[in-house]
Amino acid sequence: MSAGSQSELVAVLMILVGTIFSFLSTVGLIRLPDVYTRTHAASKSSTLGVLFTMVGTFIFFLFQEGYFSIRLFLGIFFIFLTAPVAAHAITRSAHRANVELADISVQDDLQKVRSKEREGAEAE
Amino acid sequence: MALQILLNFSLAFVWMFLNDDWSPTAMIIGFLLGLGMMYIFRRFFKGGFYFRKVIAVMKLLLIFMRELVLSTWSVIKVVLSPKMDLRPGIFALPTQLKSDVEITLLASLITLTPGTLTLKVSDDGQTLYIHAMDLSDRDEAIAQIQNTFEKAIMEVTR
Repeated sequence: MSAGSQSELVAVLMILVGTIFSFLSTVGLIRLPDVYTRTHAASKSSTLGVLFTMVGTFIFFLFQEGYFSIRLFLGIFFIFLTAPVAAHAITRSAHRANVELADISVQDDLQKVRSKEREGAEAE
Repeated sequence: MALQILLNFSLAFVWMFLNDDWSPTAMIIGFLLGLGMMYIFRRFFKGGFYFRKVIAVMKLLLIFMRELVLSTWSVIKVVLSPKMDLRPGIFALPTQLKSDVEITLLASLITLTPGTLTLKVSDDGQTLYIHAMDLSDRDEAIAQIQNTFEKAIMEVTR
């Protein structure tokens, strides 16, 4: 087996794994019960899935065409920088808008704090 | 720390001037020699030798990668199991981290490891409210993970 086809195999496997991760997180997006657990699945797809796909693409172009694409790494970097902030903003605004947690949820510490804050604001 | 990196680069440039050699190789050699010199003179720097922090950053990255793979696996198991017997919930996590940078870093790392999601940082910055996918017996385990993250972040910033 030549070196070219070996690196191609690695790239193909990585892109395949990334695609499977993205698919599984989409399944999670459909199956999970409420906003918060769905955001878990959504933020996962944009971390490991994108990471594997982009690294696979990088390896492919590096070994097949000898092209070192620093932009792919920049893309990974920016996604890792912005994905958690987006997930945080979505879930936090959902909680502020009193979106209910799923029935199976066991505990909600934040709700207590927020209702206490609201009582304090009304008392003033 | 930034000053030390700048000093290291200036030493590399002095080495390049001394040799009248403007290749990247000379730059790297000068950089490594400067690093060695700065290691010898490390007790004159205020924040300690800066390369220790570089190693701490690497360690944080490795811990992050390990957690990412492990917790992705656990979330996939939940998603694919026919009966989803997960017990999600929100719990409060007290943190010792002080500066905004540290807390932002911790919140992002918690969110990026699937299974946990930062919902809110309390106004005084003492508590993080975290939504966890499965609270059943992992409350303890999650606290443990957060401790490793917190410790690794502290090593980087202090």
